[in-house]
Amino acid sequence: MSPFQTALLEKLRITHIPKSYIGPGLISGVVIAAHISFGVLDGWDKFIAAIAAAMLTDLLLHKVMTGEWRNLSSAFISGNSAGILVRSPMIWPFVLCAMISIASKYVLRYRGRHLWNPTNFGIVMIILLASDYAAVLSIQWGSNMWAMLVIWFIGFLVLWQVRLFHVSAVYVLSFLLFAVLRSYLTGDHFMSEVAPLTGPMYQLFVLFMITDPKTTVSTRNGRCLVAFLIAFTEFFFRLNEAVYAPFYALFVVGPIALLVEMWMQEYKGREKR
Amino acid sequence: MDRKSVSKLFIVLFFVGLLAVPTAMKKYDEMNRSTVVENPEETLERYGFYLEEVSESIGINFLHERPDLDPKLDHIHPQVASVGASVSISDVNSDGLQDIYLTNSRFGTQNALYLNQGDGSFMDRAEELGVADLNVEGLGVSMGAVWGDYNNNGYEDLFVYRWGKPELYRNDEGTGFTRVTEEAGLPEWVNANTAVWFDYNRDGLLDLFIGGYFHEDIDFWNLMTTRIMPDSYEYATNGGRNYLFENRGDGTFRDVTEETGLLETHRWTLAAAAADLNGSGYPDLVLANDYGVDELYINQGGAGFVNSGEQAGMGFVPKSGMSVAFGDIMNQGELSIYITNISEAGVLMQGNNLWTPDRSSTGDVPTYRNLAGNLGIELGEWGYGGQFMDMNNDGHLDLYVANGYVSAEEGTDYWYDYAKVVGGNRNIIIDANNWPAMNNRTFSGYQQNKIWLNDGAGRFREVSSAVGGALTLDSRSIAYADLWNRGVLDLIVASQNGPARVYRNHTRPGHQWISFSLDGVESNRSAIGAIVDLYWDGQKQRRVVAGGDSFSSQSQRAVHFGLGQSTAVEKVEIRWPSGRLQTIESPEANRLHRIREPSEGGV
Repeated sequence: MSPFQTALLEKLRITHIPKSYIGPGLISGVVIAAHISFGVLDGWDKFIAAIAAAMLTDLLLHKVMTGEWRNLSSAFISGNSAGILVRSPMIWPFVLCAMISIASKYVLRYRGRHLWNPTNFGIVMIILLASDYAAVLSIQWGSNMWAMLVIWFIGFLVLWQVRLFHVSAVYVLSFLLFAVLRSYLTGDHFMSEVAPLTGPMYQLFVLFMITDPKTTVSTRNGRCLVAFLIAFTEFFFRLNEAVYAPFYALFVVGPIALLVEMWMQEYKGREKR
Repeated sequence: MDRKSVSKLFIVLFFVGLLAVPTAMKKYDEMNRSTVVENPEETLERYGFYLEEVSESIGINFLHERPDLDPKLDHIHPQVASVGASVSISDVNSDGLQDIYLTNSRFGTQNALYLNQGDGSFMDRAEELGVADLNVEGLGVSMGAVWGDYNNNGYEDLFVYRWGKPELYRNDEGTGFTRVTEEAGLPEWVNANTAVWFDYNRDGLLDLFIGGYFHEDIDFWNLMTTRIMPDSYEYATNGGRNYLFENRGDGTFRDVTEETGLLETHRWTLAAAAADLNGSGYPDLVLANDYGVDELYINQGGAGFVNSGEQAGMGFVPKSGMSVAFGDIMNQGELSIYITNISEAGVLMQGNNLWTPDRSSTGDVPTYRNLAGNLGIELGEWGYGGQFMDMNNDGHLDLYVANGYVSAEEGTDYWYDYAKVVGGNRNIIIDANNWPAMNNRTFSGYQQNKIWLNDGAGRFREVSSAVGGALTLDSRSIAYADLWNRGVLDLIVASQNGPARVYRNHTRPGHQWISFSLDGVESNRSAIGAIVDLYWDGQKQRRVVAGGDSFSSQSQRAVHFGLGQSTAVEKVEIRWPSGRLQTIESPEANRLHRIREPSEGGV
C-alpha cells in the first residue's frame, strides 16, 4: 500500500472492509471526482479498461507463478495510474500499459524484488514502443493555482506523516536547482523551466511514483541521494529535449539504486560473516 | 522441465508478447497503407480518381505571407502568426462559373479574387473589383472570408474577417464591390478565425456569426501586455468573444449575441458551421474550440440557442478543435460532424472527432458518439481544415484533411519546449514572455495532408500519396468546387506562408453524378441552410448548403452528389430554409439543375 493510502486509512479509521482496498478505492474516488470536475481522464471506458487489465493480468500471472489467488489492491493502483497517465484516442494502449506494468513485476526481478516501479516501466515502454498510438499526460487539467497548491500541500502533508516527505522535498529542490542551471544554459526563461513542475504529470510523479516504497532504497540518506540523482539524470534528458524526461530518469536511476543497495547489503553481510 | 520452469517460461513469453504488440500494430497499419501507383490509368482503376496539380497552368500563382506582429512576440512569432491562409468559393458575377477568393495576411499584401474565365484559366481581379487591399496597418490582416447574398439581390456579397476590423462588401451585381462595413454596424475589432452566414431565425435574411479566437482587446501590433496566450491548454477561458449579427434587411445588422445565448463562454473558437441537426427546421451551430471542448448550440425556434454540447455527448473531452464539417458519410440521411484536432506521435494524441448521430436518441437534442477510430479517420496530425466531398463520384463521401503547423528548419523540433510550458500553471503559460524562443525550429511541420477514401462499408483508407495529393505545405483551408463544370469536384488548398494549390480532379469514366444549384425566394436568396436529400439505388444521401465551414473556408454553394454506376435518381427532396418542402421526381443525372424555390408547395 502506498504512503498516501496508509495515511488516509489511518485518518479515516475505516475498518469494516478489507484494509488493502480502502486506500486504492479512495484514490479512485479522488480521480473520479476530479474527472467529473475537470475531465482529467481520457474517458471512463479507458480508465476502467486499464484497471480491469491490470487486475486480470495480476490475477493470471500470480496464479500461474504460485498456483494461488492474490490480493489485487496493488494491481488496482497500477491500473489507476495507467488510466490517468496514458493519453490515446484508442483503448488498447491503456490496456497494454497496465498489462506491461503488471507483467514487469513478475519478469524483471532480482533476488525476489522487482526492480522497476511497475507504472514507470509500463509508461516508458508505451513511450518507446507505441508512440504512434499513445502519449503520456503532459497537459494540465484545470490550471487553477489554488487547486494546484492544495494538491501539493495535502500531498506533502501525507508524505510527512508516512515519513517520506524528504524524498519528494529533495527531488523538488533538486529540480528547482537544475531549472536555474538549465535556464542559464539554454537562455530560456526560468519560469518555462519550472513550468512542468506545476502540472499534473509532476504531481503524480513526485507524490506517487518516486515515493513507492517497493522500488525505493531502504535508508533515508539513500532515498535522498536517489531523489537527487533522478533530478540530476532528468537534467540531462531535458537538455536533450526529452519530453518525458522524469519518467526516463526514474527508469534509469531506480533499478540501479536498488541493485547497488542489494549488492552493498550483500557485501556488508559477507563482511560480518 | 518442472512446473515452476514452465510457469516462468510462460510468463516471460507473455511479457515479450506484450512488448511486441505495438510493433505488430504498426506492421498491420503498414499493410493497409495505399501504394503509390505511377500509372494514372491504374490509379483510376484502383481508387476511382486522381489529382493533378494545375495552379500555375491555370493562372493561379498566389503566395500567402503570414503577418508581422509586435516585436514582443518575435521569439514565438511563427506559432502565433500561424493562421490567415484561407480560400472561399463563390460565383461572384453569377455567370455559372466558380470563382476563388484567397486571403493574405501581411501588411501590404493583397487578397486575390480569381475570376473563372470560362476557358479553363483564372485571372486575379481583386484590385479592380475593390476587395484586394485588406491587409492594412491600423485595420488588421485577413484571416478568412465567407460569401452570402445578405441583401437578396442575386449576387453573393463578401464578408472578410480579420485579426482587426471585420469588413463587409456589397456585390454590385458582379461589376464591383462597395464597402458597407460602417453602415452595417459591425464591431470595431475582432480577432476572428471563423464566420458563417446562416438564417438563424428563418426570416429570409442571412445573419452572420463571427467566432473570436484571441481576445478582442488584443491589438497584435501594439501589445499592451504579453499575457495574451491561453490560460489553460484544456479549459481556456480567455479567448475572443463570439458574435451573432441579425440582418435587419435594410443593410444594417443588430448584435444579438447576448440575447440569443451565444455570449456564454469566452472559448478560443477556431471554426464554426451551421446546419439543422435535430430536424427542427432551424439551423443549429457547432463550434470547434482550440484548448477546449466542442460546442453544440441548439436553435430554439429562432429565438436563441442553448449550449447542448454535454447533453449531446460532445462536450466532455477537451481537445484542440480546428475545423467543423458536416457529412452524411453512411448514406442514411443523417449528418455526422467531423472536427479536426492535434495528434503528434508520442507527445499529444488527441485524435480527430467524428460525431456520429445516435439513431436511438430522441428529443430536441440529438446525441452523438465519436466513431472516428472505428472508421479509421482519427489519427491525422496537426489538423486544420477537414472537409467531406465525394472525390470519385462513387456515391460515398470521402474526407480531405489539411495538416501541418510550422515548417521551418528541417530536422529541428519545438515540441519539447512547447510541452514544457503547456504542462504548467496558467500564470506561466498565459504570458508569451515565458515561452521559449522558437529559433526557426519546426513545429509539427512538413506533414502530409490526408485523403481518406470511403469504401462505403464503414471504413476509410488513406490514399493521398497514391492519388497525387501528397501535399506537405502548412495547409490550413480547403474548398471544393466544380471549377470547369465537368461534374467533378476539384480541390483548392490554401497554405500558411506558402502557395495556394489547385488540383484538377480526374475521375473514372462511368461514375455518374448530379448537382443542384438553389435560389431561395421566400428563403434567403443563397439558399444557405437548405437540406437536399437524394434517393437513388435504394439509398439516401443528404447535403446542406453551407455559408462557411471547415477551417476558414467555404466551398461551392451548389450541392453535388456522386451516383456511382447508377444513372437513375428516384427523387430529390429539398427542404428550403423557409421550411418549404419541394420534391423533384426522377431528375436527370449528369447535369447541374438550377432550382428556384417554388412559391407554392407543401410545407
